[in-house]
Amino acid sequence: MSDLPRVALVTGGSRGIGRKVAERLASDGFEVFLTYVSRPEEADKVVAAIEADGGKARAFRLDSGDRDAIAGFFRDEIKGKATLEVLVNNAGITRDGLMMRMKDEDWDTVLRINLTGCFAFLKEASKIMGKQRFGRIINITSIVGQMGNAGQANYCAAKAGLIGLTKSAARELAGRSITVNAVAPGFIQTDMTDQLPEAVVQSMLAQIPLNTLGQSEDIAAAVSFLAGPGAGYITGQVLGVNGGMYM
Amino acid sequence: MSDVAAKVKEIIVEQLGVSADEVVDGAAFVEDLGADSLDLTELIMAMEEEFDLEIDDEQAQKIIKVQDAIAHIEKAVG
Repeated sequence: MSDLPRVALVTGGSRGIGRKVAERLASDGFEVFLTYVSRPEEADKVVAAIEADGGKARAFRLDSGDRDAIAGFFRDEIKGKATLEVLVNNAGITRDGLMMRMKDEDWDTVLRINLTGCFAFLKEASKIMGKQRFGRIINITSIVGQMGNAGQANYCAAKAGLIGLTKSAARELAGRSITVNAVAPGFIQTDMTDQLPEAVVQSMLAQIPLNTLGQSEDIAAAVSFLAGPGAGYITGQVLGVNGGMYM
Repeated sequence: MSDVAAKVKEIIVEQLGVSADEVVDGAAFVEDLGADSLDLTELIMAMEEEFDLEIDDEQAQKIIKVQDAIAHIEKAVG
């Protein structure tokens, strides 16, 4: 291939699962481009941690809801400047509430960021990867996109939609040696789950055969596998990382 | 051969990975040059970029042979 840097682009890479994915792909040898929206200081911390570990990373402020900005980012930062080997569509938000009282705005916003945003990144990446005749795309969906979840109609619809997008993209891009897969995390220990009452955590655990919450590192390991050389014959799949909660 | 024709043929050679002498005016992209639907889409996009124009889907579907592409672009930029 060319002597351009081998880049893995991770959306929403400044916190939570995205941060661990970014760090893992950096240790796998990719130069990581991570996007963030609201917390530049968190993004800078991830870059600093990767660099301290001998890796390379850059952070970009990029709103997944802004399609023009996404197109501009690919034009200015990727095209002709990097070999985009990996795209991890991870950025996402929640606006939970029961359906009968869910604000239309909360439905629209979650679909726009979590589904349309992924489409915008996929569309731009497919042009670059198509020319390269190589690429690995990993979409972070969710167990609730497979099972449904009361209070998350918008989020579940977006995550289920992302699975359909994954499979369609896998079929369209297979002829260019681009694989497209999804990783579906179950209940993962994050800042959010740390704040839940013990009783809620216990009721969650009762539904998980492995009887423990997942860690962000578990998701990062799955992404690393799908981005790596051993996964070249896997495309259009949804890899559940959920302790057996959904089979 | 016009400048446009030469440039179009150059794009076809690059996009489809075929040799220049295969890209004759009467060659069909699918039957003669082995293009699939993704190749055709990329080809249209490459021509749009090179000549700074838009080719809508209806027009694109009429571009079957090399000469169709050249005629379309010459008309559009002419």
